[in-house]
Amino acid sequence: MAGTTLLDIKGVQTYYGNIRALNGVDVTVNQGEIVALIGANGAGKSTLMMTIFGAPRARAGTITFAGTDITQLPTHEIARMRIAQSPEGRRIFPRMTVMENLQMGASLDNLKHYDEDVEKVFALFPRLKERISQRGGTLSGGEQQMLSIGRALMARPKLLLLDEPSLGLAPLIVKQIFDAIRELNRTQGLTVFLVEQNAFGALKLATRGYVMVNGNVTMSGTGKELLANPEVRAAYLEGGHH
Amino acid sequence: MAVTVNPERDAVATPIQRALREAFYAGAIALGLFVLFIGLRTDQNMSNELILVQRWGLLAGVVIATAVGRFLYVGFAQPAMQRAKEDKAKAPAVVAEAGFVRRNFTKIGIGALLLYPIVIVLLVGFQGSLKWVDNFGIQILIYVMLAWGLNIVVGLAGLLDLGYVAFYAVGAYAYALLGTHYGLSFWILLPAAGCMAAFWGVLLGFPVLRLRGDYLAIVTLAFGEIIRLVLINWREVTNGSAGISGIPKVSFFGLMSFNVSDPNYIAKVLGIAQSGAYYKIFLYYLILALCLLTAFVTIRLRRLPVGRAWEALREDEIACRSLGINTTTTKLTAFATGAMFGGFAGSFFAARQGFVSPESFVFLESAIILAIVVLGGMGSLVGIAIAALVMIGGTEILRELDFLKAVFGPDFTPELYRMLLFGMAMVIVMLWKPRGFVGSREPTAFLKERRAVSSSFTKEGHG
Repeated sequence: MAGTTLLDIKGVQTYYGNIRALNGVDVTVNQGEIVALIGANGAGKSTLMMTIFGAPRARAGTITFAGTDITQLPTHEIARMRIAQSPEGRRIFPRMTVMENLQMGASLDNLKHYDEDVEKVFALFPRLKERISQRGGTLSGGEQQMLSIGRALMARPKLLLLDEPSLGLAPLIVKQIFDAIRELNRTQGLTVFLVEQNAFGALKLATRGYVMVNGNVTMSGTGKELLANPEVRAAYLEGGHH
Repeated sequence: MAVTVNPERDAVATPIQRALREAFYAGAIALGLFVLFIGLRTDQNMSNELILVQRWGLLAGVVIATAVGRFLYVGFAQPAMQRAKEDKAKAPAVVAEAGFVRRNFTKIGIGALLLYPIVIVLLVGFQGSLKWVDNFGIQILIYVMLAWGLNIVVGLAGLLDLGYVAFYAVGAYAYALLGTHYGLSFWILLPAAGCMAAFWGVLLGFPVLRLRGDYLAIVTLAFGEIIRLVLINWREVTNGSAGISGIPKVSFFGLMSFNVSDPNYIAKVLGIAQSGAYYKIFLYYLILALCLLTAFVTIRLRRLPVGRAWEALREDEIACRSLGINTTTTKLTAFATGAMFGGFAGSFFAARQGFVSPESFVFLESAIILAIVVLGGMGSLVGIAIAALVMIGGTEILRELDFLKAVFGPDFTPELYRMLLFGMAMVIVMLWKPRGFVGSREPTAFLKERRAVSSSFTKEGHG
């Protein structure tokens, strides 16, 4: 059922100055999958996410998207390949309204599909519609996360990168957001690459998963396999979610 | 604010008792502070010896004024404000329907500006109008235009530029040099000066692309100084500190001239009496048109992708890039567009003065323009216009206050206190309206109904 390879990360090493954050990471995301990357704080998950976007650039290894090598491309050109991101910390535009934030997401096509796409986002997150002329900075954390995902969707992405969408949110909101991601994947076939500390929720959602420790991918498998794996259970699941 | 010395004692003291006590403290502090500043003054006598002038009367006046002011503030103003606050809290929150003036503020403002010279001429005649149209009208409008231009860079794109006056200088010298050497008309040189300033804007933009905030501010400050020093030292071209004089006047689109000796002098063509006021009034409308052009372009740009990208860039550069926005070109266009308007204003300035010298383009000018943008509320055109009116108009009015000489003695020159006024206005505005006169940002995207988001919804001091 897994389609062709969409994102192929091979032997990627990323440095912050002289400190190596990623020691040769291999991750594959196939068309139509939800892939989760789990790991503890400081494992390098967000670094991998940012490396895909070329900020910072990988010092070794290659990142291929839909057959094109994007390792050395500048960030905005990577975005133009239709990779969209809901970055760590959401990074919505706080002084701009919800509507303006969504417009910024549609910059790539110069608002050509704006009206159509904005309705899709509101169908997915009805809460955003109620807040349409409110400033981004005045939204609650959950609404900001919805806005961040909605803004990413406005670019009509082939691949959606989500960096810790559940961070700091109430369980009910996390469920809403995870449901929305599943819905996007099922109905529109959107490929999602997800970084999470909430291992239980992420692995339940994911087709496949990777476990990252200290800048290395140590395990991989289907979401179900990883959920059942005793090591994963011991490290990330026990005592946390039930 | 209030210095509460002893909270328990405060609780029982009436406002008047408290006011008396605080007035005493304020007076004592003022005495301590000013005894050497005001009470004694060093001076030179006829034989160039240093002497001490004692001014105990003036010192007493200042101390008493401070104490009385504190007494009135603590005893009456504070309780009144407290009551007003409580009343406001008690009253149900009513969203006031904006009044007629508020709703049509822009139209009324533009109408008033269009009528201003006519009203002045009717009131004081052509000769008397010179001062009001030139010193107040044109002077303020030049700063409005400069501040609106800088607003694109600072207010919209969020790039702190402390060297904006450099582009003003480029525009002014471009017109001055090309006009005096090649005799080209203002109407050709205006766009040329704008292009040249925009070119320099891009030139400045390239090296500072990676900088933000304070670092960017320092580099732009240095850039402004470099331009000024080049103007001073490149004597063969710029004539150094002596400046360039004899800059040609603007003609009425080549149809009529404002030079008395020309055959097509306006008074001869129209068959009216000679007066210097025609030129000033013409310049007034010219700068007004340039201002409106700046405002129009700014408003339009905000709705275009590039304007939205500027604002997004101010908010979050990383998010911008990950949405596929090329931040390099976005920053460069902001610098170029802002600089272009600075260049327009500069060439107008040169035409109006008929003389340019590096002295007009010192750092203080950049600081004043930036202060106007900040006071007005970054990004708000109306707020900035009000700020320019208050700051520049206020300093011009200081020149008119001759009666102050009667109070402070014949040596008193009120103009010297304009910086004090600037500082005071900054402090007061920042205390009462930390986001500037018009702190709310008008959204550019609407679903159906227009709803401005009040600044009270947003965190203060953000952005």
